[in-house]
Amino acid sequence: MAKVKGTIVVDIEKCKGCEICISACPTSVISMSVEVNGKGYPYAYLNDPDGCTGCSNCAIVCPDGVITVYRKKIG
Amino acid sequence: MAEKVVNIEMINPENLVYQKTKVLNDNVMHYCPGCGHGTAHRIIAEVIEEMDIQSEIIGIAPVGCSVLMYNYFNVDMQEAAHGRAPAVATAVKRLWPDKFVFTYQGDGDLAAIGTAETIHACNRGENITMFFINNGIYGMTGGQMAPTTLEGMRSSTSPYGRDISMMGNPLKMTELVAQLPGTCYVTRQAVHTPSNVRKTKKAVRKALEYQQKNMGTSFIEIVSNCNSGWKMAPVESNNWMVENMFPFFPLGDIKVPDEE
Ligand SMILES: Cc1ncc(C[n+]2csc(CCOP(=O)(O)OP(=O)(O)O)c2C)c(N)n1
Ligand code: SF4
Ligand code: SF4
Repeated sequence: MAKVKGTIVVDIEKCKGCEICISACPTSVISMSVEVNGKGYPYAYLNDPDGCTGCSNCAIVCPDGVITVYRKKIG
Repeated sequence: MAEKVVNIEMINPENLVYQKTKVLNDNVMHYCPGCGHGTAHRIIAEVIEEMDIQSEIIGIAPVGCSVLMYNYFNVDMQEAAHGRAPAVATAVKRLWPDKFVFTYQGDGDLAAIGTAETIHACNRGENITMFFINNGIYGMTGGQMAPTTLEGMRSSTSPYGRDISMMGNPLKMTELVAQLPGTCYVTRQAVHTPSNVRKTKKAVRKALEYQQKNMGTSFIEIVSNCNSGWKMAPVESNNWMVENMFPFFPLGDIKVPDEE
């Protein structure tokens, strides 16, 4: 079976640090940054480059629509 | 910050599986972090994009936190006075029967000051779609008690919790309009998890398709959070909503057209 690998791009300056995406991620690979963005919010980032499957769950629950998702087959 | 961007080699249009719909513009929404209004907006906008009706749809904005929603949607919109969105939508739809027309309203707007407009538009069976964002509180004005505030729920005007003997019963507007002959599709959904987002999206699509078939008023309640008004962190407010709001406002279809 072909495996898939995903990745996310977070629009850091528009993220509000609500953490809703963290609870939606089935592989628990989203964390909040320690540093803050221009508005003073910590922002979401992918903490494990190999753990994202590109399922888009985080992106579809993000109230601010700041996550873009990419996915490709590997192997 | 650059180290936060990983897997750069994958980031190209060929691998793109999800991006924000172009039916929303790039303005940063003013909503509090984690507020369901943003998710509800995006779902409606995505369905508009998928149905390819961006130039065929007119939205009526309420008074409440979503009063500025026309700043985010790339569709024609008209602002209504508090609670009057169904009346404005009635006029717009009657003038342009071939356009899709929707209202988007909070519970203070739809179920308090606008109760009459809501009930009569639904009873007349106006061929419009109504989105009802129920967060159990007046968010915009500082978290006052709404008709939808639960028994025992704290708000700035019921600081010890809603006492039914003094403040009356919480109102289930959605069950109420389901009884009216003018409504064709009445459902209650939520947007706090991926599966709920997917279900709500299907409901939004159905509602607009029923409008296209001139079947009457379609009404979608979205039980949502107001983390600022509830004085909770966003994820905590979603958990509170599941534990406290859903038992009183259960999710699911309340009325579906006979053809189904
Ligand atoms: C005629 C009139 N009365 C009262 C107000 C004050 N007001 C503004 S928003 C609001 C309540 C909004 O609550 P809701 O509809 O639940 O929306 P939310 O902010 O929670 O999304 C009220 C009472 C007003 N703007 N106009
Ligand atoms: S859900 Fe969106 S706004 Fe909230 S922390 Fe995640 S990326 Fe940021
Ligand atoms: S006050 Fe409540 S309803 Fe208004 S944007 Fe904030 S969380 Fe949302």
